[in-house]
Amino acid sequence: MDLARPQVKGRRTRGAAARLGLVAVPVAFFAVFFAYPVAAIVARGLHVDGVWRFGRLWDVLGQSDIRHVLWFTTWQALASTALTLLIALPGAYVFARFDFPGKQVLRAVVTVPFVLPTVVVGTAFLALVGRGGLLDELWGVRLDTTVWAILLAHVFFNYAVVVRTVGGLWAQLDPRQEEAARMLGASRWTAWRTVTLPALGPAVAAAALMVFLFTFTSFGVVQILGGPAFSTLEVEIYRQTSEIFDLSTAAVLTIVQFAAVGSILAVHAWTVRRRESTLRLVDAARTARRPRGAGQWALLAGVLAVIAVLLLLPLAVLVRRSLDAPRFGYYRALTESDGGVFLVAPIEAIGNSLQYAVVATLIAVLVGGPAAAALSRRDAGRFVRGFDALLMLPLGVSAVTVGFGFLISLDEPPLDLRSSWILVPLAQALVGVPFVVRTMLPVLRAVDDRLREAAAVLGASPWRVWREIDLPMVRRALLIAAGFAFAVSLGEFGATVFIARPDNPTLPVAVARLLGRAGDLNYGQAMALSTVLMVVCAVALLVLERLRTDRTGEF
Amino acid sequence: MGITKKVTVLAVGLGLVTLAGCGSSDGSGDGSGSGGGSRTVTLVSHNSWAVSKDVLAAFEKQSGYKVRVLKDGDAGQAVNKAVLTKDNPQGDVFFGVDNTLLSRALDNGLFQSYEAKGSGKVAPEFRVDQDKHRVTPVDTGDVCVNYDKAYFSEHKLTPPTSFDDLVKPAYKDLLVTENASTSSPGLGFLLGTAAKYGDDGWQDYWKKLKANGVKVVDGWEQAYNEEFSGSAGGKKAKGDRPLVVSYASSPPAEVIYADPRPSDAPTGVVEGTCFRQVEYAGLLSNAKNAEGGKALIDFLLSETFQADMPMNMFVYPVREGAQVPKEFTEYGPAAKNPETMEPAKIAAHRDDWVKSWTSLVLR
Repeated sequence: MDLARPQVKGRRTRGAAARLGLVAVPVAFFAVFFAYPVAAIVARGLHVDGVWRFGRLWDVLGQSDIRHVLWFTTWQALASTALTLLIALPGAYVFARFDFPGKQVLRAVVTVPFVLPTVVVGTAFLALVGRGGLLDELWGVRLDTTVWAILLAHVFFNYAVVVRTVGGLWAQLDPRQEEAARMLGASRWTAWRTVTLPALGPAVAAAALMVFLFTFTSFGVVQILGGPAFSTLEVEIYRQTSEIFDLSTAAVLTIVQFAAVGSILAVHAWTVRRRESTLRLVDAARTARRPRGAGQWALLAGVLAVIAVLLLLPLAVLVRRSLDAPRFGYYRALTESDGGVFLVAPIEAIGNSLQYAVVATLIAVLVGGPAAAALSRRDAGRFVRGFDALLMLPLGVSAVTVGFGFLISLDEPPLDLRSSWILVPLAQALVGVPFVVRTMLPVLRAVDDRLREAAAVLGASPWRVWREIDLPMVRRALLIAAGFAFAVSLGEFGATVFIARPDNPTLPVAVARLLGRAGDLNYGQAMALSTVLMVVCAVALLVLERLRTDRTGEF
Repeated sequence: MGITKKVTVLAVGLGLVTLAGCGSSDGSGDGSGSGGGSRTVTLVSHNSWAVSKDVLAAFEKQSGYKVRVLKDGDAGQAVNKAVLTKDNPQGDVFFGVDNTLLSRALDNGLFQSYEAKGSGKVAPEFRVDQDKHRVTPVDTGDVCVNYDKAYFSEHKLTPPTSFDDLVKPAYKDLLVTENASTSSPGLGFLLGTAAKYGDDGWQDYWKKLKANGVKVVDGWEQAYNEEFSGSAGGKKAKGDRPLVVSYASSPPAEVIYADPRPSDAPTGVVEGTCFRQVEYAGLLSNAKNAEGGKALIDFLLSETFQADMPMNMFVYPVREGAQVPKEFTEYGPAAKNPETMEPAKIAAHRDDWVKSWTSLVLR
């Protein structure tokens, strides 16, 4: 015992050093490219003439139209979350418990909206419910500039979050536990309520919180579908900074959003930890079976109908609109430089986007990989777990703030990146990292520590241990993570719109610009470009679906 | 496993190739990175910037500078971004700040002094900042309510002629305007009402306008080309508002862009609702190519550019004696008595007015 002690201590110090080494890169990255720019733009708003003006906080929050924005942000997020759960939970059940032809493809298809850029989602819904949209043509129904368009687009966007988070776990719950309860005399409802629901609860809570987070910070959807009367916090930060130029109000709103998102993430981290506890999981392949009886078939049909109307229809309308001109006219127009909207042909945006996304993916993997490795260590303490939540922050902090922060803080030596192309991938990588971490973490945690220890005892260096033990096991997860980072980088809009140089637009920026111009040709080109973007994202996702083995991940 | 490995190698290889690609594309033909003496001069402007190709080519040939243009969003956004990035600007010259936002640019030190060649030829009413010459006026135009002639003759309704008319029951639910916080004509219209009804009266006027069913959309494109029933775009989009806040030069544009050209403009201007805007250019404070920037500003005020501009951007020249296209005088003569406002007064009240307007009209 006495002899063992120094040894354990030695191992702990080594562990701590290794942990520090792994955390160093992500911490440095987030300090320089997230914390510093955000702090700089907030300071620009609140630090006036050498004095901090925190009193602005109360001034701003006291204004009735700002309170209106806060109220709308919250209630539309709550309504969107409730509606998403209501519509997607049956879907989660169907995907978890039923076996039917085409299920794998359909699972990938329902995930497509989630990786679609919000600009495309907005465009698709505009084509469906906007002026001259499908509903307008058929029945004269228009929902744009109403809150319904926003809510439906949010459901469209987040359906996959619920299906994947809840359905993934549901598929792995052992159905025999519920059956046992029924054999002991419990009714179907009681059995479900006392056995399955408590097991699912944390997953439902986690999914609900993610949906709430995404809808609370909604930007592109509200911007395109909402019209001037609706404004979420994120949209208001954009308006205050970019249009009204009231930097102090924007700074206050940024702080408010930061606090709200921080609390959501804290609760989320807590539910995730609860979910990871003590559930008896089985292979998902064994729990699904063909539907039996009229009720189950009806449920399956209902879910498929919802998917068809709510998820596939907007996408189909988008594609259809892009083909309205004869002989692929809108697509061919993309290759022409008109000197009007852009100085280059819109098609060049595709090349820009792909280049940026590849670089952003590399950065996200290089930053997120070590972070996930550090988080997965069993000796990871409270500090590292807190770091986990911090890594998620970029998902919820205003991309607009980040974009403006980049512009004003990274413009002098030693960090004079203002006119460098790397600025765009750096900002995009910020949103990619959380996806990398969340995808890699479960897999890394599943690697048996004893394997690493055995290798170490046999004299392998930490680098060698990682290469020989970890890497082969996580290579697949790494690819999936990279794929997600790639898809979200491709679709990133809020930050890119500020820092992409006007002569080097990305796909989403080009779509938004085309939408902002009048005329059939511009609208058609926006639809065509959105379709291109959608296809690229869908292909990336279908490839991932083939690679994916583990379904407990969150995305 | 073999395939996966290949994919990894491929992905990394691809990454390096594109990295190299990005790097090289950055280096070529880009004057912003390299220091003084550059032969490239960069103009930062808004989306509406336009010039005839041959006119620009002639300037490039004569001056020896290659002009690079960065169009950066609508007028307000472009100004704001230029202010935020003034320590390390994206270009050398900024064109497109108008009298409604001028104070924001000047107070934030966006521009440095330069007296353009030919500034003596600018009509006196457009001259500002005469002691420091930080900005040079380039063009002017009037924000006015436009009406759809066909609608009013079909409905045997007299078109409105003034701000007062717009709140009358006869014109209920007919007007569409732009968000004053996001759109330059929207702000111009708000300032027009403030000039007309005064600091105390404009809010009352807008309450009446709101009660009379004014519709607000975010931008000019949407208002004019989708909601307005009189424009070519609006007809196609089945727009149903026969009154829109636009420009005095919109009717000639409807004629010039129509094929075949109609004998008369399909739209008209509501005379008593105009507000005068002037657009300025300036040499950015930390311009890397100040010499080129000066040459470019001289060019903007030159006779050639001033005569070329109206048909490209649908604005009027500020240079005395500059030729105005005959379509302009024929289909949309400049407003006789537009509302105007001192830049200092705009500077003092603009933000408060926009804020009150937002609460009053949008929320």
